[in-house]
Amino acid sequence: MKLKQLEGLLGSLQQFETPKIELEQYPTGPHIASRLLYTIPSFSIIQAENSFGDVSDKVVADFGCGCGTLGLAAGLLGAEHVIGFDIDAESIEIASLNADELELDMDFIQCDIRNLRLSDRAIDTVVMNPPFGTRKKGADMDFLSMALKVASGAVYSLHKTTTRDHIKRTALREYNASSAEVLSELRFDVPQLYKFHKKKEVDVAVDLWRFVPNNNRPKHL
Amino acid sequence: MRLLTHNMLSSNIKGVTNGFPLRIEVEKVVEKEVDLNMDFLRNMFAKIEWKALVEASRTMGYSELPDDAESSMLDSDEFLRKFHHALLELHLEEGALVCPETGRKFPVNKGIPNMLLHEDEV
Repeated sequence: MKLKQLEGLLGSLQQFETPKIELEQYPTGPHIASRLLYTIPSFSIIQAENSFGDVSDKVVADFGCGCGTLGLAAGLLGAEHVIGFDIDAESIEIASLNADELELDMDFIQCDIRNLRLSDRAIDTVVMNPPFGTRKKGADMDFLSMALKVASGAVYSLHKTTTRDHIKRTALREYNASSAEVLSELRFDVPQLYKFHKKKEVDVAVDLWRFVPNNNRPKHL
Repeated sequence: MRLLTHNMLSSNIKGVTNGFPLRIEVEKVVEKEVDLNMDFLRNMFAKIEWKALVEASRTMGYSELPDDAESSMLDSDEFLRKFHHALLELHLEEGALVCPETGRKFPVNKGIPNMLLHEDEV
């Protein structure tokens, strides 16, 4: 599937009506943040599939799925089984409607990623756009740590470019990744959604990462 | 929630050591047909906890899976169809998942298990 096609399909999906600041949920308007909401997810999933074959016929987990965009994109590209995880019931409700809209079967679990317990390596590929940790420090690292525990194939994740060195070091040294590679540096504007945003728009650079978990560790539940 | 998801999920309460498999309480099961993908099933077979799948599918009212299975059975179309049905076509729509160690219930509404913990369980 081509980028434009996938973006078009995702563009019809519902997004947050009342975004929750503490969860770093970003909504959309017709003119804003479409890069973050459609282009970047589409681009990420297409790379995962076309360059690495990490999507079709795989078990894919979407951590912090929000309205389900990444997971649904994976479903559209042929993932066999997609599970979305989110702490927020309203997000999952929207994501579930979006799955119906696209006629995709996607499972959802409401949970806090930090205390999720999945069998090691049960998931082939984890895709995620974690909270960047601007409101809750280290939130994205909690997601990454868990993703590298449950994935057997690869983890795709978006992180702020400013944290690149820290992420690489931590993934390789502490989270048992066997490789950590930035596939692309992407830019998008975060519109002024919340009162704490002082500027009208903030230009943010994020990295699309691909991590490979180390599969030589002992298996236990 | 499909049984493939159930097959990888453990009770996440702090201190619980035998949280797998979660017991299923059924109020409503829904069946949704999906295309059978033979290669996928072969791959999954190696990862699945077979006994947990057999037990879960029986609780959901499907008792066609054999107690024991080995990879040579994947050559049989009939076996693949049953495995496929149990793994991917049965959905727990309403009910609960129950921690095997503590008996704590995680409700399942509209197919979505709520695994959020109370403060004293984290």
